[in-house]
Amino acid sequence: MNTNTKSGSLSTRARDVVVAAGRGFVLALVSLPGAVLGFTLALVSISLIPVGIGLVTTPWVLDRVRAFADWRRVVAAEWCGVLIPSAYRPVPEGRPWTRTYAMLRDPAVWRDLRWLQVDMTAGYVTALLPAVLLFYPLEGIAVAAGLWRPLSHWGGYWYGFVHVTDQSSAFGAGALALALLALTPLAPRLVTAHFRLTRSVLGASQRELAERVRVLTETRRDAVDSSAAELRRIERDLHDGAQARLVAMGMDLGTIETLLDKDPAKAKQLLAQARQSSVDALAELRELVRGIHPPVLAERGLGDAVRALALRLPVPTEVNVELGGRAEAPVEAAAYFAVSEVLTNAVKHSGADRIWVDLHHEDERLRVTVTDNGKGGAVIGAGSGLAGVERRLGTFDGVLAVSSPAGGPTMVTMEIPCALS
Amino acid sequence: MRVVLAEDLFLLRDGLVRLLEAHDFEIAAAVESGPELTRALAELEPDVAVVDVRLPPTHTDEGLQCALQARRNRPGLPVLVLSQHVEQLYARELLADGSGGVGYLLKDRVFDAEQFVDAVRRVAGGGTAMDPQVIQQLLSRRAADDRPLARLTPRELEVLELMAQGRSNAAIAGQLVVTERAIAKHTSNIFAKLDLEVSDDDNRRVLAVLAYLDQGR
Repeated sequence: MNTNTKSGSLSTRARDVVVAAGRGFVLALVSLPGAVLGFTLALVSISLIPVGIGLVTTPWVLDRVRAFADWRRVVAAEWCGVLIPSAYRPVPEGRPWTRTYAMLRDPAVWRDLRWLQVDMTAGYVTALLPAVLLFYPLEGIAVAAGLWRPLSHWGGYWYGFVHVTDQSSAFGAGALALALLALTPLAPRLVTAHFRLTRSVLGASQRELAERVRVLTETRRDAVDSSAAELRRIERDLHDGAQARLVAMGMDLGTIETLLDKDPAKAKQLLAQARQSSVDALAELRELVRGIHPPVLAERGLGDAVRALALRLPVPTEVNVELGGRAEAPVEAAAYFAVSEVLTNAVKHSGADRIWVDLHHEDERLRVTVTDNGKGGAVIGAGSGLAGVERRLGTFDGVLAVSSPAGGPTMVTMEIPCALS
Repeated sequence: MRVVLAEDLFLLRDGLVRLLEAHDFEIAAAVESGPELTRALAELEPDVAVVDVRLPPTHTDEGLQCALQARRNRPGLPVLVLSQHVEQLYARELLADGSGGVGYLLKDRVFDAEQFVDAVRRVAGGGTAMDPQVIQQLLSRRAADDRPLARLTPRELEVLELMAQGRSNAAIAGQLVVTERAIAKHTSNIFAKLDLEVSDDDNRRVLAVLAYLDQGR
């Protein structure tokens, strides 16, 4: 039993070594030409961007490079269980140059190109070593067994550092071969080392991921906090407003019922009061609904909702919209309330007598610019409306930039990554 | 007078039917969706359509779009649009063709049956019925930087507001409890101060005032 197990483990180990050597050989065969070709093509294509050809070829080349890297990710996971995280940004559809631009802004693409250089040097060596460790000792044993005769025919033959000229030096080569053969169990580890090296260059770095997690945690907390605060406000508004008015209305109607015969004049007066209560309750509900989700936003989308908003402002406001479709409802609502807050700020504090709003979508981002000709000096500070806008946008990975020199003008730019449908 | 009514909420539709029938309107059809409305407007040729802005199946501004399309097919088709909220944006779109026979009111206005029915009749007759909220918004925007408006007396402003809603001189006189002749004097003062062309046609007068209030936006 014992010997069986031992020989079984031995043969398993031997098979592992052979498999590792084979895999390393395949990797070496593919990685050197693949990496050299990919890197050269990418270099040429990117340097041809100024003359225009590169704009068309670069996305294609970078796509192939990514496919090459993805293949390596797959074999790393399948062969050695090494997981190499991939963090490419989505590539926009459409014209080649927008794709080129988007790809070149992706740090993961540049990481691919750095990796190609490592793969054609250190990567190639670590892939080749397991195969060398297996095949080179076999050659040494063959030399000791008599292959030395034809090989040393023209004045000697070097096996490693042993100069083979006769049978005794051939045995020396054989001894070296046996010593090397003892190292072959390292072959599987060498293949793993190759993939670890690949991961260290190709994988998204821990720091990047940690930073991303930190931002997500923060924005999630903000989103939960602000939606809880919103719900509390809505509850309070309903409780003190519409709900109270409906109670009053019900009471009035009850009184009217009893007064109808006894005092018709008084009943009529109460009826008018009840009707006024219902009008007021409706007005309050309308304002509340506008604060939760403006009806025009639901009916027409962001562009017209901002136009309708502009028409309510006391300051003449020009709205320019270039949107090819509608964003998802949560993004639309976030953008709407952000614009609304910025406009309110401009009206209240800037002293402007003209405001311009521009909405457009490019490079998979919704970009909104609000410009006023007021006195400037707006900052994203604690307690300012703009800090709230920044938090609101943060939930959607959106950003806010303010340019507001003293004396004006003030320009607030907001960007939210999103797709239109 | 034959009415096509489009409202998706059963309670409201039912209430409106009863209200209009009680005031001697004939309900040619009471429908609950955009496509049904379009069909009814094309086939039944009503004297006036009363339409909710938001209708199924999309629950967007389908009612408004159907009404605008029907007016493009049959210019001047009287349409009274009802909504839970009023927007200058929509009012402007309804008034854009300048042909009158347009109303735009908050749903709350049906609480006052007399005034609501009066608005339906006015629209059916080619007149205008704009919600007081729309007019107030227009006025408050214009008041900020408009010199001619600032020259109006408070009474004239009151008359202007009612006139912009689409009321006739007689109706304004009734509401402000003065003679029609006094109102006529106020209106000619208003037109002189705002430098508008005087017109005897009530409807043209209203449209001119609305255009004045909405200009420059």
